[in-house]
Amino acid sequence: MKQFITFVRKEFYHVFRDQKTLLLLFGMPVAQIILFGFALTNEIKNSKVLICDHARDAATQNILQRFEASPSFNIEKNILNHKGIEQEFKKGKIRLAVIFPANFQNDLNHFNKAQVQLIADASDPNTATTLTNYASSILMDYQKELQEGQAQFMSIKTDVRMIYNPELKGTTNFVPGVIALVLLLVCVLMTSISIVKEKETGTMELLLVSPFNPILVVLSKAVPYFFLSLINLTVILILSTTLMDMPIKGSIFLLYFASSLLILTALSLGLLISNSTDSQQAAMLISLMGMLIPTMMLTGFMFPLENMPLALQYISNLVPSKWYYTITKSVMIKGMGIEAIWKELLVLTVMTLVLLTISIKKFKIRLA
Amino acid sequence: MDVVLKNIVKTYNKGKVKAVSDVSFSVEKGELFGLIGPDGAGKTTIFRILATLLLPDEGTASVNGHDAVNDYKEIRKRIGYMPGKFSLYQDLSVEENLNFFATLFNTSIEENYELIRDIYTQIEPFKTRRAGKLSGGMKQKLALCCALIRSPSLLLLDEPTTGVDTVSRKEFWEMLKGLKEQHITILVSTPYMDEATLCDRIALIQDGEILSINSPRKIINQFPDQLYAVKSQKMSRLLADLRQSSTISSCNSFGEYHHITLHQGNTFEMQKKLINEMEHLGHTQIEIKSIAPTIEDCFIKLMS
Repeated sequence: MKQFITFVRKEFYHVFRDQKTLLLLFGMPVAQIILFGFALTNEIKNSKVLICDHARDAATQNILQRFEASPSFNIEKNILNHKGIEQEFKKGKIRLAVIFPANFQNDLNHFNKAQVQLIADASDPNTATTLTNYASSILMDYQKELQEGQAQFMSIKTDVRMIYNPELKGTTNFVPGVIALVLLLVCVLMTSISIVKEKETGTMELLLVSPFNPILVVLSKAVPYFFLSLINLTVILILSTTLMDMPIKGSIFLLYFASSLLILTALSLGLLISNSTDSQQAAMLISLMGMLIPTMMLTGFMFPLENMPLALQYISNLVPSKWYYTITKSVMIKGMGIEAIWKELLVLTVMTLVLLTISIKKFKIRLA
Repeated sequence: MDVVLKNIVKTYNKGKVKAVSDVSFSVEKGELFGLIGPDGAGKTTIFRILATLLLPDEGTASVNGHDAVNDYKEIRKRIGYMPGKFSLYQDLSVEENLNFFATLFNTSIEENYELIRDIYTQIEPFKTRRAGKLSGGMKQKLALCCALIRSPSLLLLDEPTTGVDTVSRKEFWEMLKGLKEQHITILVSTPYMDEATLCDRIALIQDGEILSINSPRKIINQFPDQLYAVKSQKMSRLLADLRQSSTISSCNSFGEYHHITLHQGNTFEMQKKLINEMEHLGHTQIEIKSIAPTIEDCFIKLMS
């Protein structure tokens, strides 16, 4: 045990004395979060909005004026049927359609209840959500004003429909994706490089010619990166909750638990790569090509998996971050508990065990 | 016997490159045994087989009676190995390196300080310096300390003096002599022939084959011919001329002299004939004297 602690301490020395790498380790997640953050918080101005006012009464006129006053919207008034609206969407002429049914004010006055339909083009999910949110808030404002001095409760029900990408899967939930990306990069790249480095400098020869169990050599390398990754995770979470208003609805503990599991998967993968290569360059290339690209492409946070060819969808099952992405989304955004994600956790556990077994089996106790 | 090698054969690239062919020798307890040969002779391969880092294709090797293939774990507990390439952590300080390797072997600097004291005192003033910033000689001293701190029964030193300045080389061999007094068996390799005489016994090795194993003195005594050193004003032309001469059986350049052996016959007459011949070819200030052979002379003789 004392040996193990000394070994881990040595690994920490290596990490902290290599300041360039350290900067990269902590700079990368911050840079990525901010980059993706800007991509997300693009302000929306002058979006074309179609308003179909079948009612043409005082209430709808009032609301219309409010829409026209907003800098976000560029209003076009036209009465179209459902097919006509779809045509407009398909031509890309409008991003949002607001439809007032006939008898809007009547309904509001007599039944205290009226409906408005919002249809948004969700092929760009960011814009779609933002626009429907703006529109809804205008309607809410109007409802509040009506409410003042009235005993009876009045409500305008907004019926939001997202077309083309109804579940809004994709870029909106980039934070879980970035977490997966950063954790995988740090763990796979750093562990594989640090072990291969020992081979390159010849220190592995000395470590092998010792009573120390070679498996522990490998495991002790993983310890510093495990902790560094947890720090990274914390930084990302803090940044995304403060800067990007990302919610963490579920249990933080569960989130950290799942992340630790992904880190272990990544570390095992790093070990496997380092056992199969002899130079730092090779390890780096394999880690980058083998990790970065599949993680970006096949996790689902950049490109929705549902739209991919079936073959790629099957392959994506082999990408650990795909499962982790589902977990974090469920925990962070939907606030679900372990009962919703136990399957994904199980998949990650099996992946880790398989990778770890292979890499320990492949560990060379000799030079050639 | 501390180290026994029997008919070791090792090839690389699936048998295409022969590194070591049919090497057998043994090292006795407490002996300082030298493996002498040029680069590429197979020295490092032999060390790695003994250090259990490589598997021999054929033959057996054992350390302290433990087989290098099956009992590798036992051997790894007992030996101190210093690879030919400097292999300590460059970003760790002298003290941190030493501490790390001591702990790796379940011991501490304090416990085995006696073993390394003479060597460590020389690098102790720099103990907070990173190992990568040490000079070549000091690096080797530190590496030796790290190999010694585990109190090994066998020390494997692969070319410890290569790339080290003359003074440090001399110091290093002094240290090895000191270690011999502590009854540590030492197997050392070197491409420098002049270091061979400092060993108890040596094996001359060339192209993966052992040419001769004996004490340096006996190897020198086995040199069959009388050796002469010849000098003139134009040394490079002299070498060519000597090689043309009918009186000469061998001729090699050795620094400021050429070492030659003569054909059988009256040595005095032969010498006279040679001087005449060389004077005829325009050489002046010809000097010829009989000398005792060095290990290098023996090596060249054995190679031919």
